Amino acid sequence: MDLPFDVVDLPDTDHPEVGDRAPDFERPLVGTEYWEDVSLSKLTDEGPVVLVFHPMDGAFPATYIWNEIRDRGWLDRDNCELVGLSISSPYEHTDLLDARGVDARLYSDPGNGVAEQFDIVNDLDGMAGVEEPRPAVFALDEERVVQYAWVAQEWPEFPDYDEVEAAIEAL
Amino acid sequence: MSDPAITLYRLQACPFCERVVRKLEDYDVEYHSRFVEPMHSDRDVVQRLTGKRTVPAIVDESTGVTMSESGNIVEYLDATYGQRQTGGA
Repeated sequence: MDLPFDVVDLPDTDHPEVGDRAPDFERPLVGTEYWEDVSLSKLTDEGPVVLVFHPMDGAFPATYIWNEIRDRGWLDRDNCELVGLSISSPYEHTDLLDARGVDARLYSDPGNGVAEQFDIVNDLDGMAGVEEPRPAVFALDEERVVQYAWVAQEWPEFPDYDEVEAAIEAL
Repeated sequence: MSDPAITLYRLQACPFCERVVRKLEDYDVEYHSRFVEPMHSDRDVVQRLTGKRTVPAIVDESTGVTMSESGNIVEYLDATYGQRQTGGA
């Protein structure tokens, strides 16, 4: 996006990099029919995982990111599972899946603890007491080792989808 | 680490579901929760399992039992797991 002014820079963080093992966590994982507690390691035990952190459901970046995921067919690939994560509740996730017309699963983390574990917390100016993850994408192998990492350095910022696609193909 | 044999389909804040949870806890039975939608018509997963869209519903893989209606479930849990408590006493 070319804008005639500087966007907000976000400070450097100590997030997991390629070659690091991503932190494990357990949160409600929301699908089209129900939600249940599932750990990240349980997902990676079944195969590579692409974990997409995004702003709360209803914010336009969440909508754009999920449209792109859907349109690029990333949910139809059998070499990995792509899952989302935001601070929105399971009920909001159910609405997002319905509105985007996708059969996918998203973690619900209202307390933002996962973003803390990954060191990608984004404090939201003007929303007292509310924080969420920075937009970020981590591609993980079956051992939860990071194969690709992208974390927003500006607010707002979107992933480089072609780069993510190449990472997905390499999983 | 194996998954619990019992899966409980429940609705947040549903008293009939909490009744079943209390019984599972009384008998110290491991279970895994799956939360479904408040809208009856959206509960296809439960419908496929039990033929009805009501919750609570449980699937007990250790006995092959799938059932709904909290009264029936409580009776089933009493009969199946209630003995364990008095067995050693």
